Amino acid sequence: MPLILPLLLAVVLFCIGVYGVLARRNVITLLMAFELMLNAVNLNLVAFDAWRINDATGQTLAVFVITLAAAEIGLGLAIVLLLFRGHGHVDADAARDLAEQDDAERNELVEQEKAT
Amino acid sequence: MTTALFSVAGAVALIASVLVVTSQRIVHAALWLVVALGAIAGCFGVLHAEFVALVQILVYVGAIVVLVLFALMLTKAPTNPLPSLTTGRSPFAAVVAAVLALVLGAGVVLAFGNEKIKPVVDGSAQAVGTQVFKTWVLPFEVLSVLLLAALIGAIALSQRKKED
Repeated sequence: MPLILPLLLAVVLFCIGVYGVLARRNVITLLMAFELMLNAVNLNLVAFDAWRINDATGQTLAVFVITLAAAEIGLGLAIVLLLFRGHGHVDADAARDLAEQDDAERNELVEQEKAT
Repeated sequence: MTTALFSVAGAVALIASVLVVTSQRIVHAALWLVVALGAIAGCFGVLHAEFVALVQILVYVGAIVVLVLFALMLTKAPTNPLPSLTTGRSPFAAVVAAVLALVLGAGVVLAFGNEKIKPVVDGSAQAVGTQVFKTWVLPFEVLSVLLLAALIGAIALSQRKKED
């Protein structure tokens, strides 16, 4: 089997994930696109393991990446639920709390400087 | 034979993942994710990584997609089609993804265009276990600490009081 086949599949899967991260609005769909990108990386690891190394190093790293993905999606969904509880939506474009907080803090600092 | 099997599984994975990022119904996107991850598990199986394929099915399809579906349920995700699920900047996103695919694909073809994967005899759990407990012991332990940290973090995030 040509090595280029799994590698190209991984490239296309990764780019589909990039498109999903950039174009989607719901945070949970963003997390699904992250999973696609992590799977593309796993496919690369397993393909290179089957090609040259052949001592299961790539497969071990792929299992590690799957574990990382499980931790990531657990924390990510906890943050999504917190966002939903605080705002009533899970819209990534509408969640601008950090930017607003930043501006407010800067204004407060300016006002404090004026007062003193 | 393996090439044909891999092509079939890869085509299923491609179609399903395109539907994951373009579907207008969010629950359908989550269910297409199951198909995509299962097809990628099939690709792992064709590449003689049976253990990785089984772990993929157990962890991804069994745990992660169920978590995603629970999150969809808890955030009251609508089941009707939502055109606003994709933002207005999706053409730009498609251009970025296509350019990235062209660059990465050209690099991969130039670097590995003529290489072949030789058929291997074993890709079993025994080899992976030997590697984990021989070469990769320290990353394995670090990963277990990371999982514990993620667990505590998820509990701390979800138990925050309302007046905070």
